[in-house]
Amino acid sequence: MLIRIFAVLGLCLPMQAQAQAKVSNFMLDNGMQVVVVEDHRAPVVVHMVWYKVGAADEAPGKSGIAHFLEHLMFKKTKNLASGELSDTVAANGGSDNAFTNQDYTAYYQRVAADRLELMMSMESDRMTGLQLSVDDIATERDVVIEERNQRTESSPGALFNEQKQAAMYMNHAYGVPVIGWMHELKKLNFEDAVAFYKLHYAPNNAILVVAGDVTPEQVKILAEQYYGVIPANPAVQSRARTQEPPHRSARRMTYHDERVAQPYVSRSYLAPERDSGYQTTAAALVYLAEILGGSGATSVLGKELQFDTQQAIYTSAYYGGTALDNTTFGLIAVPVPGVSLQQVEDAMDAAIAKFMATGINLETFERIKMQMRASEIYAMDNVEGIANRYGAALTQGLTIADVQEWPRILQEVTPDEVMVAARLVFDQKASVTGWLMGPQEELK
Amino acid sequence: MIRILSTFVILWAGAAQAEVQIKTPTSPGGIAAWVVEEPSIPFTALEIMFSGGAALDPRDKRGAAYLMTGLLEEGSGDMDAQAFAAAQEALAASFGFDVYDDTVTISVRFLTENRAESLALLKTVLTQPRFDPEAIERVRTQVLSILASDAQDPDSVAGATWSQLAFGQHAYGTPREGTAASVAALTREDIIAAHQRLFTRDSLSVSAVGDISAAELGPMLDDLLGQLPAGEGLKTAAVEFATEGGLTVVDMPTPQSVALFGHVGIDRDHPDFFAAFVLNTILGGRGVESRLSAEVREKRGLTYGVSTFLVGKEEANMLMGQVASANDRIGEAIAVIRDEWTKMARDGVTQAELNDAQTYLTGAYPLRFDGNAKIANILVGMQRQGLSTDYINTRNDKINAVTLGEINRVAAELLQPEALHFIVVGQPKGLNEE
Repeated sequence: MLIRIFAVLGLCLPMQAQAQAKVSNFMLDNGMQVVVVEDHRAPVVVHMVWYKVGAADEAPGKSGIAHFLEHLMFKKTKNLASGELSDTVAANGGSDNAFTNQDYTAYYQRVAADRLELMMSMESDRMTGLQLSVDDIATERDVVIEERNQRTESSPGALFNEQKQAAMYMNHAYGVPVIGWMHELKKLNFEDAVAFYKLHYAPNNAILVVAGDVTPEQVKILAEQYYGVIPANPAVQSRARTQEPPHRSARRMTYHDERVAQPYVSRSYLAPERDSGYQTTAAALVYLAEILGGSGATSVLGKELQFDTQQAIYTSAYYGGTALDNTTFGLIAVPVPGVSLQQVEDAMDAAIAKFMATGINLETFERIKMQMRASEIYAMDNVEGIANRYGAALTQGLTIADVQEWPRILQEVTPDEVMVAARLVFDQKASVTGWLMGPQEELK
Repeated sequence: MIRILSTFVILWAGAAQAEVQIKTPTSPGGIAAWVVEEPSIPFTALEIMFSGGAALDPRDKRGAAYLMTGLLEEGSGDMDAQAFAAAQEALAASFGFDVYDDTVTISVRFLTENRAESLALLKTVLTQPRFDPEAIERVRTQVLSILASDAQDPDSVAGATWSQLAFGQHAYGTPREGTAASVAALTREDIIAAHQRLFTRDSLSVSAVGDISAAELGPMLDDLLGQLPAGEGLKTAAVEFATEGGLTVVDMPTPQSVALFGHVGIDRDHPDFFAAFVLNTILGGRGVESRLSAEVREKRGLTYGVSTFLVGKEEANMLMGQVASANDRIGEAIAVIRDEWTKMARDGVTQAELNDAQTYLTGAYPLRFDGNAKIANILVGMQRQGLSTDYINTRNDKINAVTLGEINRVAAELLQPEALHFIVVGQPKGLNEE
């Protein structure tokens, strides 16, 4: 229940059940895909462009360039002065921002519905019209360094996760942090940014998502006018990333930091992601995470460790199913004072072993199924959230049909499929176990 | 293109209006509520707010309201914590309980198909909480863990240091979670007392938005809330804001210093409030478009984020801000902020800045009303502030009525560079504590 503290663990529960909102889609002649999500309750629209490029597409040695470029996209363009896009959005009462992850980079504005054309005119302008100057680089790189200071260097939990992710992926770029390693971030330059921009920013590598008080007909006219006129870039390549070799050896790590007040154990396993046309295993893993660690009071880990033996303050299981390449399935256990990390890890393993032997409580299973169905209804209250799901899915290897099938697939998962998925994912050889701990001398 | 854009901006004359139809039924039992009937999605967002929060903790029982709130989903009626959780999960209803200095809030979400069962379950929390000793110990351990982590977290340390400096021995001066010692000493009786103190009829505001009619809601509220005690009209104790200008450094081993700064603010009911609100927007309230962000982030790259905000507590008002910069750069960031504070107090803002801020604020306002849960939250806040439903239609006029002369008079009165106090947590270089 008191989950505030554990937000620092960096977990976001991927409850991916989708609302069946009214969704249309079409393709522009230059290869830009367009998705329209209708919600006419309020005169608001969210306008987003998602690029199929993220941190995992960076060249070796250039970590952080995808995110750095995202910052630089707010500088001068062919038709806009530096900062003018955000100023204009604000002057129209809207808000705007952008975000980068391993698989995508996205830009969005939230405005009154009758401002949509203005948003398109500006967003389409910076798709290929960015005019970076060398002067932009040093100051904005300092901003990004401060962002890394704030998000990562100041947080022992974030540093721990970064180390753990690096241990998880032996050959795939998911092991490199999105914000970049500090030593590489400090060296990113003008040429790096321009090269990355020219290679990846093009209509045939982008998805337009418009959600809110609009019709597909309105969007089509505007999209053709503003985005449709930008030529496709034939140099855009499909993403071919280095993949993981077979994992043959379980990895263990400890991270000591004098700023840690509450130690914990975190274990992750390499896990399959949602694949286009085949999402059953991923759906089963969503259930597995809920069954093992979804609720502090009724999940397997919660019941065993927080209630029965009272060895843990908090437990959790998580699975982020939407990714282009192999993702992770994770377990967390935070011990009560007086219980060691070894003890709480042993208790966690014992609880999982018992679960594997005895199987799923069917009442629990039905409750989770009900919650998945309900979450589709609740999700319809937030059209921006639905827009995000389409943008994320379409830049991470899924199709619109996959997104729309997902709620049905979630409702059709069986307990047997969950156990099959559990046996698949709980492979010690493909795991990393991390202990986050206080200063070393205190352990003696 | 720039010319085309200007045309767009000029066309932007009147801001869109928020399109919400608020009904204000009073239940047969006398409970007033604000309702927006929005049947298109089969669920309802219900917001319940009680005036009076953690600041009503008795002085030696600091943390009682927080611990009590943390125990509300840990068992009620004939259900222990696990049975309660199972019942709630089976209904797919959610109850969010939060305690602040001056309020306690319950954010409820339930499906139309489970409406009666969901509210019946919530009623057990309000009328028959168990506070089982085992649950108390389990949640107490969680709170102590949170307190230990907060003590190592630069942002939390900055906040706690600020509160202590500003409010001393008043409840506002200590964390609402309590201290390790006060939380360890809380008894079951203290928790029961907090429950009885806070959940009362006289301090109640209610809003509901979604698949429910005003007529249906009334009897449901009577059943849910009718049995609460009348209440004794408890109020947060008065307090003097006690901080003077200066600098306080708290040493922590971190590469980036966090700074929290501010001085006294302005009351929500003050005739100059809207001028101050627009002023803060220009100074640091408006993300990367604000003056502070332009100077500290865009021009100098000293931070990822700098912002200011008006804080309105029941008994205190502050104008505050925050920034984070590497230890060897925080000194420069602070110098720039002090300088901008001085400049704005002395020279005020320009007509263009005022116009931009007014267009932004009036345009942004209707965009807030785009979800049942969001609307329910806004409506309950309006009730607590004593605003009428008509406020939604007149609020933008108040923003637009602020003149340059007025905002610059308020800038000179509100912004007090000499009173500005900075709390810096980290290992800043080149800063001298005063």
